[in-house]
Amino acid sequence: MTTTTSEARRVAVRAGLVRGLLEARQSLREPGDVLWYFLMPLVFAVVLIFMRGTTVPGTDFALGAMVLPSILGMSIAFGGLTGPAGMIATEREDGTLLRAKATPNGMIGYLVGKTILFGTTTLISTALLVIPGFTVAGDLRLDARTWAMLAGIFVMGLVTTVPVGVALGSLFKNASQTGLLLLGSMVLMVPSGIFYPITALPAWLQWIGQVFPYYWLGLGARSAMLPAEMAAAEIGGSWRTLEMFGVLGAWAVVGFIVAPVVLRRMARRASGAAVAEARDRVMAQGW
Amino acid sequence: MAEGQTSPGSADMAIDVRDLRMRYGTRDVLTGVSFTARRGEVLALLGPNGAGKSTTIEILEGFRTRSAGQVTVLGQDPARGDEAWRARLGVVLQSWRDHGRWRVRELLGYLARFYVPYSTPDVTRPWDIDDLLAVVGLTEQANQKAKNLSGGQRRRLDVAIGIVGRPELVFLDEPTAGFDPHARREFHDLVHRLSDFENTTVLLTTHDLDEAERLADRILILDQGAIVANGSADELARQMATSAEVRWTVDGRRHVHAAERNDPTAFVRDLLAAEPGITELEVRRASLEDTYMALVHSAEAGRGAAGSRDVAGSRGAAGGRSAARNTDSEVHS
Repeated sequence: MTTTTSEARRVAVRAGLVRGLLEARQSLREPGDVLWYFLMPLVFAVVLIFMRGTTVPGTDFALGAMVLPSILGMSIAFGGLTGPAGMIATEREDGTLLRAKATPNGMIGYLVGKTILFGTTTLISTALLVIPGFTVAGDLRLDARTWAMLAGIFVMGLVTTVPVGVALGSLFKNASQTGLLLLGSMVLMVPSGIFYPITALPAWLQWIGQVFPYYWLGLGARSAMLPAEMAAAEIGGSWRTLEMFGVLGAWAVVGFIVAPVVLRRMARRASGAAVAEARDRVMAQGW
Repeated sequence: MAEGQTSPGSADMAIDVRDLRMRYGTRDVLTGVSFTARRGEVLALLGPNGAGKSTTIEILEGFRTRSAGQVTVLGQDPARGDEAWRARLGVVLQSWRDHGRWRVRELLGYLARFYVPYSTPDVTRPWDIDDLLAVVGLTEQANQKAKNLSGGQRRRLDVAIGIVGRPELVFLDEPTAGFDPHARREFHDLVHRLSDFENTTVLLTTHDLDEAERLADRILILDQGAIVANGSADELARQMATSAEVRWTVDGRRHVHAAERNDPTAFVRDLLAAEPGITELEVRRASLEDTYMALVHSAEAGRGAAGSRDVAGSRGAAGGRSAARNTDSEVHS
């Protein structure tokens, strides 16, 4: 009996791998999704144009080169938060989650599949930053340490944000509320020191920024890609690597505690009647 | 062996529901539903909107926690059903647009994987995908994306998903909504095939009385949270005293008589003896629709007394009502 159970779970994990790869491939063939992957590189390209000749205050370092790692950190958090939140909110209504519940070990397959999908798509959208990034590559510090740090920050970023994103998506009443999260993320860019050094902001804004993972992931990416002397432009004149992993770790712990509770509660609610209700609403309102 | 003793009859009983109750807040949705389904039986759950059909089916599927009552589905309580139990169930949901980007074959192939560990010497799981596509008539659409299917094709995909694991029991929640007559006929053939050749137990909900009559061995009519009738279509029709109508013409005048009892033969014999000039004699059994409307009406009229009423049991409530109609009437032709 137990061997059957564990065998069945292994089968479900393998099915999840298939699911993740299939959905990643489907996403790459969908023009709307592909445009979305180019969003951050596009934003960065526009920023670069406006920041030509501007330097980080007090240095002769190009501001654009500081923004690249910040945007990189930001887009990891962005992909990890908004992707799963929107997905959960949508797939609760369209019956995908219910389908997973109706399949033996289907939830395992679903979660493994989504992890693969978001890992892949977030990696793609951050990798695309290379395109506008090469213009500032000369100012960056790119060595083995850079890539190791970036890989660590990428994994840490997803571990931190995906559970929170899943929890938020489960709390939304319907899929259209995901837009609020998108808006909130945009607003949080300001106090997170993405486009301008956080030290140039008023202290109270700095404190707000330091609560959320956006700032810390940006900081981590800067510590990986910028020359050591650029730490002077940060709070406390340091990369604060320990604090970074500490704050991100705290978010991860909160996420992993809250997400399963919220997800279970939501999964109980995701009954056929709720799906039918959502369908009726979509039919009536057109969204 | 020992299991058979703890729950008698579980071997040939797929569903056993006793006094099932469901309450949302202060609203009673189910007020004591009891019924059983033998293995291989096709049951149709009929009833007006809001009668509690979907709630009942979702409790049996293990998606909803009941307020009270005993429920056994394939030998387990759905509220505590494990994944091995789930592998023996097929669920066809009312949903309509999940996995839109997936191609038909991809989706069936993906879902089929989960059932492989649950294959037994008796039941080879899952269903072969090519065979399954042929059975539901989607062979030509195998490489189409789900979102590009027509309404009927999409529904057939939903059915294919529901049976891909070769379930012993299938729940079909309004399976033919949006089908054209041809697709509906093919779906009916599929259900017959499931119950006849695979010995699959089927519980379906529908609004379509004709469909229930065609498919179901037994029909349950659910109204305001209680079962008001339980029997085959014929039994239900016979339950109503107005089960037949006799029409005839004498001297160019059309007559209609609602037969007093189940069998209008005696009335017709007397009629022919008394009226040699009869033409255009016509005896019409009440359709299931007539029965259904009458049952739902009488249940609503006699609320409180109306519980689960077995066909073989009482006929009183309905009989009293029909007496008023039990008179000859004249209609000009």
